[in-house]
Amino acid sequence: MDMTRNYFEFLGLPVGFEIDQAELASRYRALQRQLHPDRHAHQSDREQRLAVQHTAHLNEAYATLKSPLRRAQYLLSLAGIETRHDRAPQLDPAFLMEQMELREQVAAAPESRAPEAELERLRALVESELGTLESDFAHAWESGALAQAELAVRKMQFLTKLQSEVAALEDKLFDE
Amino acid sequence: MALLQIAEPGQSPEPHARKRAVGIDLGTTNSLVASVRDGIAVTLADAQGEHLLPSVVRYRATEPPLVGGEALAGAAQDPHNTISSVKRLMGRGADAVKGLGEELPYRLAASDSGMPSLQTVAGNKSPVEVSADILSALAKRAREALGGELDGAVITVPAYFDDAQRQATKDAARLAGLNLLRLLNEPTAAAVAYGLDQKEEGVIAVYDLGGGTFDISILRLNRGVFEVLATGGDTALGGDDFDRLLAQYLLQQSGLADRLDPSSARGVTTLARRIKERLTEEEKVTETLSAGGQSVTVRVSRAQFEALIEPLVKRTLRTCRRALKDAGIDKTEIAEVVMVGGSTRVPRVRAAVGEFFGRAPHIDIDPDRVVAIGAALQADVLVGNKPDSDMLLLDVLPLSLGLETMGGLVEKIIHRNTPIPVARAQEFTTYQDGQTAMAIHVLQGERELVSDCRSLARFVLRDIPPMAAGAAKIRVTFQVDADGLLSVSAQELSTGAVSSIQVKPSYGLSDEAIAQMLKDSYRHAAEDLEARNLREQQVEAERIITALRTAMAQDRELLSEAEAAGLEAEMANLERLIETADYRRIAAGIEQLAKASDFFASRRMDQSISRALSGHTIDEIDQEAH
Repeated sequence: MDMTRNYFEFLGLPVGFEIDQAELASRYRALQRQLHPDRHAHQSDREQRLAVQHTAHLNEAYATLKSPLRRAQYLLSLAGIETRHDRAPQLDPAFLMEQMELREQVAAAPESRAPEAELERLRALVESELGTLESDFAHAWESGALAQAELAVRKMQFLTKLQSEVAALEDKLFDE
Repeated sequence: MALLQIAEPGQSPEPHARKRAVGIDLGTTNSLVASVRDGIAVTLADAQGEHLLPSVVRYRATEPPLVGGEALAGAAQDPHNTISSVKRLMGRGADAVKGLGEELPYRLAASDSGMPSLQTVAGNKSPVEVSADILSALAKRAREALGGELDGAVITVPAYFDDAQRQATKDAARLAGLNLLRLLNEPTAAAVAYGLDQKEEGVIAVYDLGGGTFDISILRLNRGVFEVLATGGDTALGGDDFDRLLAQYLLQQSGLADRLDPSSARGVTTLARRIKERLTEEEKVTETLSAGGQSVTVRVSRAQFEALIEPLVKRTLRTCRRALKDAGIDKTEIAEVVMVGGSTRVPRVRAAVGEFFGRAPHIDIDPDRVVAIGAALQADVLVGNKPDSDMLLLDVLPLSLGLETMGGLVEKIIHRNTPIPVARAQEFTTYQDGQTAMAIHVLQGERELVSDCRSLARFVLRDIPPMAAGAAKIRVTFQVDADGLLSVSAQELSTGAVSSIQVKPSYGLSDEAIAQMLKDSYRHAAEDLEARNLREQQVEAERIITALRTAMAQDRELLSEAEAAGLEAEMANLERLIETADYRRIAAGIEQLAKASDFFASRRMDQSISRALSGHTIDEIDQEAH
């Protein structure tokens, strides 16, 4: 197989940010039915090894397209813009200030009077801001404004990191 | 040698050509073996009609070990040589095991492998060897029931088993001489046993509380595809812990705690288990406790027992909550709750799970047998008995994989609940001029500190081309296969040199150690290792010839005349080698045929992808052709 085909082509979907999740899931299952190592269990070792590699590639493609942030990052990387390793362009001070405040609130949540409710509130807040940024990205991407699209992704990265911090704190609460 | 029997493509093999495949539930307390017979998966009984084999091995000085009920019967009089609950020790370090040590009556010795070793009259035994003895007993039972050598086995493991615990289980299968088709997660096996009956679509939760382990899995079912969305659990929580808490309570209540010796400790645990089981039906139980030559009457009510285990039950529900969150599923979206494992017979457990999910859990299949039955169904598919089956199990990595970074921190590379197989690459660079080697420490777990995660292995990357600091870029690829097992490869990017990797599993047996154990076992069994090697290679050679013939019959159009003739010649060559009875030459011939058919395997895989994308499955295409 040509593993250099992009993930959209590999899953037989049009290249773009808007994606039909049900269609994606159904194509994923159809490919799994063909590629999964269990489908090749009584074949040669070579076919079994190929199956493992192909399924790993499929899982990566599926995970990338399923997540809005990873899909956006991937679209930009197809356009030659790496958002994950390079140094970030300057984000506006208002956004950064807001992030710092949010971060402080998250850090203080476990000590608050009702930690679970507080974390739930922050989680919902982060989710709604992410939603806004996703539509910002979709607009920018469709109109070919790559710089703006990149900015939206950088901001999404901030919020996604915050989201995982909230999740980690929720996890800790479960452990107690 | 048996003649090869090849079914026409699209047709099921004739009944007499069916392969013998089994599913094995290797449990903490009890083990089972099941197989599909006449289209139905059933557990296999021993000569006395018993299906459950107690996971107990009693070693003896000169005779072979006793396994199962006979071993259990002698546990009280011979506690040091009778090993039970060995699953708890699989893949664990000697230190971790000492944490459990107070409860275990065995004499432990550390070994070179970092694994604990159990001192018995038959010598030191690793947990892998003890498990292999249990597997051998089950395999023997299956051979007798099915009337011949086994072609393959699926062995179940708790979903929450880490890499070391899975590897240890795989090693035990190898020691027992089983052809392991797949390590299957227990809750997924249970879902198969239920799901295939019901043909449902929707999200189900499997709550699996066994003797020593707890698992929760959230799965989405869709036309035969079982997609695990998230899994969680605790590999050191189960019915044994209920017994232990109750035993402590009994000792306290009776005032006999000071009179405890290893053999009466076993007696107290056995008594506790019996009381627990009786409390499933009865409100109050009265029994006699004996320790150190004294006997006292003890009384336990169900309410008292439930109060004792409540913290453990709560712990399992917290894990359920987390798994739901990881799956991105709300409790109300769960269509069915399936109960697995003997400990789900405890009324309080059933009630608590029912309350948590807001629906009565399924208990229609015997919770002790459901895992083995699911494993047998998958074994039947994997061995090739059901070429038209729609069943497909998509599982996930239960615990995050990470690397040690500066300051004793762990950087996650593959997060928990990532679907497997998965491959992730990570780039490293050198920090000194001319540096040619680099150490990498792989860990598994969710915590941030190295000391809080399980150490899986240490790798040393060698043969890095000497360059200025930061110039060499080494890409290390971590691959987890469908069994949930990790492998690692490395490449220097600027020169393309493949760096060699030395693996030192933190708590496992090296390949050499296993080879040695195999040799030893043959010496004791007075069998010939050469004969076994020959048989293995012959079977493998036949398997790959059959596979290639079937593939050529299915996809002949992918080959030119010359290519097909070339492959035929290679197969004829290997068939000649099979007759030479020289396993090294057969192995070389297998390698040669594999190389020669590489291009064909790739073309077939490409064709599979185009078929899937064009919306046709092979089944549909076959149907159209007929």
